[in-house]
Amino acid sequence: MYRITKAEMLTDITALMVVEAPRVAKYCNPGQFIIVKLDEKGERIPLTICDYDREAGTVTIVFQAVGASTKKMLELKAGDAFHDFVGPLGCPSELIEKPVDELKKMKICFIAGGVGVAPVYPQVKWMKEHGVDVDVIIGARTKELVIMEEEMKAVAGNLYVTTDDGSYGRSGMVTKVLEDLYAEGKKYDQCVCIGPVIMMKFVCLLTKKLELPTIVSMNPIMVDGTGMCGACRLTVGGKVKFACVDGPEFDGHLVDFDESMKRQQMYKTEEGRAMLKLKEGDTMHGGCGHCE
Amino acid sequence: MDVLKKTPVREQDPAVRATNFEEVCYGYNDEEAKLEATRCIKCKNPRCVQGCPVKINIPGFIAEVENGNIEAAYQIISESSALPAICGRVCPQETQCESLCVRGIKGEAISIGKLERYVADWAKANNILPKKAETSNGKKVAVIGSGPAGLTCAGDLAKLGYDVTIFEALHEPGGVLTYGIPEFRLPKEKVVAKEIENVKSLGVKIECNVVIGKSMTIDQLFEEGFEAVFIGSGAGLPKFMGIPGENANGVFSANEYLTRNNLMKAFREEFDTPIHAGSKVAVVGGGNVAMDAARTALRLGAKTYIVYRRSEEELPARAEEVHHAKEEGINFQLLTNPTEILVDEKGWVSGMKCVRMELGEPDASGRRRPVEVPGSEFVLDVDTVIMSLGTSPNPLISSTTEGLETNKWKCIVAEESNGQTTKEGVYAGGDAVTGAATVILAMEAGKAGARGIHEFLSNK
Repeated sequence: MYRITKAEMLTDITALMVVEAPRVAKYCNPGQFIIVKLDEKGERIPLTICDYDREAGTVTIVFQAVGASTKKMLELKAGDAFHDFVGPLGCPSELIEKPVDELKKMKICFIAGGVGVAPVYPQVKWMKEHGVDVDVIIGARTKELVIMEEEMKAVAGNLYVTTDDGSYGRSGMVTKVLEDLYAEGKKYDQCVCIGPVIMMKFVCLLTKKLELPTIVSMNPIMVDGTGMCGACRLTVGGKVKFACVDGPEFDGHLVDFDESMKRQQMYKTEEGRAMLKLKEGDTMHGGCGHCE
Repeated sequence: MDVLKKTPVREQDPAVRATNFEEVCYGYNDEEAKLEATRCIKCKNPRCVQGCPVKINIPGFIAEVENGNIEAAYQIISESSALPAICGRVCPQETQCESLCVRGIKGEAISIGKLERYVADWAKANNILPKKAETSNGKKVAVIGSGPAGLTCAGDLAKLGYDVTIFEALHEPGGVLTYGIPEFRLPKEKVVAKEIENVKSLGVKIECNVVIGKSMTIDQLFEEGFEAVFIGSGAGLPKFMGIPGENANGVFSANEYLTRNNLMKAFREEFDTPIHAGSKVAVVGGGNVAMDAARTALRLGAKTYIVYRRSEEELPARAEEVHHAKEEGINFQLLTNPTEILVDEKGWVSGMKCVRMELGEPDASGRRRPVEVPGSEFVLDVDTVIMSLGTSPNPLISSTTEGLETNKWKCIVAEESNGQTTKEGVYAGGDAVTGAATVILAMEAGKAGARGIHEFLSNK
């Protein structure tokens, strides 16, 4: 069992939890993910690591209720425990493997959409700890869904917050902010974008035009997370990759986002819904944790 | 009774079992077992033992069954095998022990597998445990993977007095016994969990949710005080065909389909993990895993096809599995090869384009090579495709362990006799070394690894 030492609601449907998992905390790095399972009968849910404390032996996760399993997870309190918590899985962020001197010379922009703020945070924090200033754009549908703004402010160089409906910060999508920043004379050498697949797709369409290399973090449906099942496969540059072992980060300009979006729907179609509902109640979802 | 024939074993009716996940074969009862045991002529030079990868004293245990001393029979088997209830069910006895049985020359071989299963099930029902080591030698050994190779290696080392910890990547121990082989062939609670309990009763610790190569490396295991490591991580990576449409919704690897159903128990209502059962399912491949996937889909309510590019004779699956699959109503499309998966506008499978094959000249494997019959293309009307084309070893460990050599198939290079790898103190066996094979061959390799580790640590 993996005890929860802190549980906090970030929005009505988003929770942050700090979990005791010393083995994971000891060896994990930004960009990697864990798989969590609520109880004996629960699903295995992949979540990108949001923060970690090697000394305390804890790992922080943030997730949004998108289906029955994540909804149940939302009800956990400090002192409760997860049945299973395994990781770190996947490869660490490509950027943290680069020499720090090189990173310091680069102009880097992180773009985070919705709960995507959580996986972006440890990367920005890592940059700050290594003396690298980066810009961060946070986008959310509306004011209530903006999460971790204060935490991000503490580690980011410039922070730009935008809401689709204009209820907070700038108004419009993250793509508009990036366009505006370029219009204001900014220019970046590297973009890292994490959020809903549809957002990553449109950011990549824009950054292709801007000739701005872009890394995305994919979070497809998974089962084991160790390369065993192939549920998480996606097409990158015409080749089939497994997000769990080859990723989760990929060159966003090569990812087939349309295929990934279709695959996200695997357990959400009308037919699938009806069939599964008949069989096992309201459990039809992929549990990606990132989709809105 | 006809001594030339096997004592028949009772099975669930095909029409009934096609709709449930209960075990197909009921096994022998006391009388049937005794009757079958009397057929054994207790050869002085038993050929059956030579056919057994772990060299069980087969006539010895059968003699005890005949005498009605089942506990003694169990202890004889336990000297050689840590997992008799499993092997009695899933070993290919017809090509191993039973293929060499003298009785088989004139009639049918002794049902060695069914007798082994009977003894193991009896021991479980009567809470008989294998014998534990009398003293511990305090030396720590790490075993990676809790499948048949790892469990066997750990069990043998524990019996020799070692302090053994198994690290398992998934949340349940058992490896392929848990995620791969379905309930109707190998019951999880009644058989697999009990066998694992037996191994634990020898003092073996099992730590789940640790992915060696990710959570920690082999070198870090040595830093934690382990003096030797056995890698039994299996061959977990699924293969796909590389044909168009393979990433469509409704195309799964057999690994995914079986893992959802067996490990995550998607077939049971109270479990949360979903499965796309499909209503018309094609399973591509002809091995035991393909039969397992097809018979699972059938039980989930689908009309199910096996699509295999060679003929019935070349089917790599056990004859018993093919027979059971046919009895249950699986449709075999033999000499048939998929060329494309058709996809509807929403990204779902809408059919599978296939071509008929005929057998040509033998290829490098000695099997006749299938070649396409021109103009024989047709579309198989299916909404779900399960790819069961074999698996290869997972590179998570080999890619993070310096000095551990692999061959061109990513299999770990290890001595067959003792499991020794190219890295000191590291031993390996099972599918991680050979590529996908059988439970019993993995157990044989687990035993060899235990011997190698014992020798290494005794001389250290």
